[in-house]
Amino acid sequence: MSADLIIEVRGLRTQFGTHVVHDGLDLEVRRGEVLGIVGGSGSGKSVLLNSIIGLLQPAAGEIFIDGRLRSRLTDSERAALERRWGVLFQYGALFSALSVRENVMAPMREHLEISHALMAELADLKIALAGLGPEAAGKLPSELSGGMRKRAALARALALDPDILFLDEPTAGLDPIAAGKFDTLIRELSQTLGLTVVMITHDLDTLHAICDRVAVIAEKRVIANAPLDELTRHPHVWIQEYFGGPRGRAALRQGAGSR
Amino acid sequence: MNADTLHPDRASLSMRRDGAQLVLEPRGDWLVDTIARLEPSLHQLERESGFSVLTIDVSGIGRIDTAGAYLLGRPLKHAGAADAAIKFAGEHPTAERLITEMRARQIDGGPEPDIDRSLAGVMARIGRAADSIWRETYDSFAFLGRTTTTGAAVALRPARWRVTSMVYLMETVGVNALPIIAVLSFFIGAVVAYMGANLLDFIGFSVFTVELVGIAVLREFAVLITAILLAGRSASAFTAAIGSMKMQQEVDAMKVMGLDPYEVLVLPRVFACAIMAPLLTLAAMLSGIFGGMLVAWASLGISPTFFIVRLQDTVPIDHLWVGLSKAPVFGLVIAIIGCRHGLKVGGDVESLGSSVTTAVVQAIFAVILIDALFAMLYLEMGI
Repeated sequence: MSADLIIEVRGLRTQFGTHVVHDGLDLEVRRGEVLGIVGGSGSGKSVLLNSIIGLLQPAAGEIFIDGRLRSRLTDSERAALERRWGVLFQYGALFSALSVRENVMAPMREHLEISHALMAELADLKIALAGLGPEAAGKLPSELSGGMRKRAALARALALDPDILFLDEPTAGLDPIAAGKFDTLIRELSQTLGLTVVMITHDLDTLHAICDRVAVIAEKRVIANAPLDELTRHPHVWIQEYFGGPRGRAALRQGAGSR
Repeated sequence: MNADTLHPDRASLSMRRDGAQLVLEPRGDWLVDTIARLEPSLHQLERESGFSVLTIDVSGIGRIDTAGAYLLGRPLKHAGAADAAIKFAGEHPTAERLITEMRARQIDGGPEPDIDRSLAGVMARIGRAADSIWRETYDSFAFLGRTTTTGAAVALRPARWRVTSMVYLMETVGVNALPIIAVLSFFIGAVVAYMGANLLDFIGFSVFTVELVGIAVLREFAVLITAILLAGRSASAFTAAIGSMKMQQEVDAMKVMGLDPYEVLVLPRVFACAIMAPLLTLAAMLSGIFGGMLVAWASLGISPTFFIVRLQDTVPIDHLWVGLSKAPVFGLVIAIIGCRHGLKVGGDVESLGSSVTTAVVQAIFAVILIDALFAMLYLEMGI
């Protein structure tokens, strides 16, 4: 096992009743990289994410985090580990009874011993980082639009300055300008903080702009995990269709032009 | 991860004057876990003055994250130094970039909202609450009116009756509630009989227990127990069901398709409740009298045969009709209140919870209030 792997999934099998979602899935995430995960609808992208972060118990297989088997960690080690990652759920999953600022402060309150005032300031900073204006801080999640909710959820995921960031469709529902800013932010954070980012996305522009590698899930496993340029030459039919279709080609052209 | 992530170096900060320059020398790891101790010294820095250039020497910093960078950049905001007067010295792969970035992104979200605790604020809240009682009553009557007109329009066209949904609701509202209502009413009848047995036996009229149980159960208890249980079981269920449909925009989808939510959601529930309430009340009456009869038999030696004969002789059938006549009204009111609060639910989970609570409380309140009105009405009529 190589030292620069932060997450390593080996032979993962997940199933719901008789429905097998993953069978013999392997995935490697390198430290400090931005990894995109793509796959058709229902191919189990979110399920994979939930397995890695421990919300789902796999039927078989092993997940190593920092080279240590997750299932063998003690409760306190697991808590320390969970403290180091931020998760952005697909639908935001903000606490509806708390304002945006209180949502961002919720993990800080639990884990940090800093003054309330500084917590509020840091929360405002994270809210600004996620691209929300100051007026959003005092609002309840129900008063926000879908895109704003997503950014508020990102602010909460960033609350504890995580080492690993899991993003489930972060740019879905954002307008192209906001999505572009989001890409820049993730790039910036991963470069300056050495953040490892694992993101599920269908946004071909995002895949182009910030992902170091892209993992493709099909046939219940990861069929390829490589930089985008290599992927476009991959012979698999689904990958060809995904990146070779009109949308994929457009994004590729644009990406090549901007570099 | 490597060991130093779990045990970060302590962060520290020293400062020195260099002519008109104030030089900050942060050391160690400036991470969200380590900065807590530094907050006071940075506050102190905000009060420093008499310098024209502020220099941050980043060479001593170990690792730094956004929280550390923010904290290091924050005093600059207050220190009165213009942006141009801030310089960085030393080498660090990311610190300068992060600090500058954090300073650029900094916003002030404004103060957190306060609750007004002054006397005027308390009075204003009482006033708002009183006003909302009036508005709630008004809205309930408006809702009743809307339901009635929709019901009248639909009644003329049997093709639009939602029979399947109504039968299903009659089962959940009525049949499924039967066991619990029967059991509760049985115990109420038994308790009334015990009280009668105790008091009446003392003055030698224990045989009047039959009248006591008969009148109390037939006239009031059976119908009240049924109504209160319906309010707890069905009003809350209606609010939760319609409310979650409202939250998922299902109600909006219905409207767009040209379906009237009053016709599809409210009417079947109102009918189911209004039809099942008298039937449940009848069951509650039978079970309550049965409970009273058993207690009279066990503790007073009044045989069931004698109990039934005396009941028929001395308790007029009017009491049964009085009890049954109230049931459909209660059923209607409970369904109306439950559905109205369901349609009032907003976008968030919080409002669903509070709507369910309000629906149950209002339904029980309305039932008891209406029961009192019925008592006055029947008294005047001499029934």
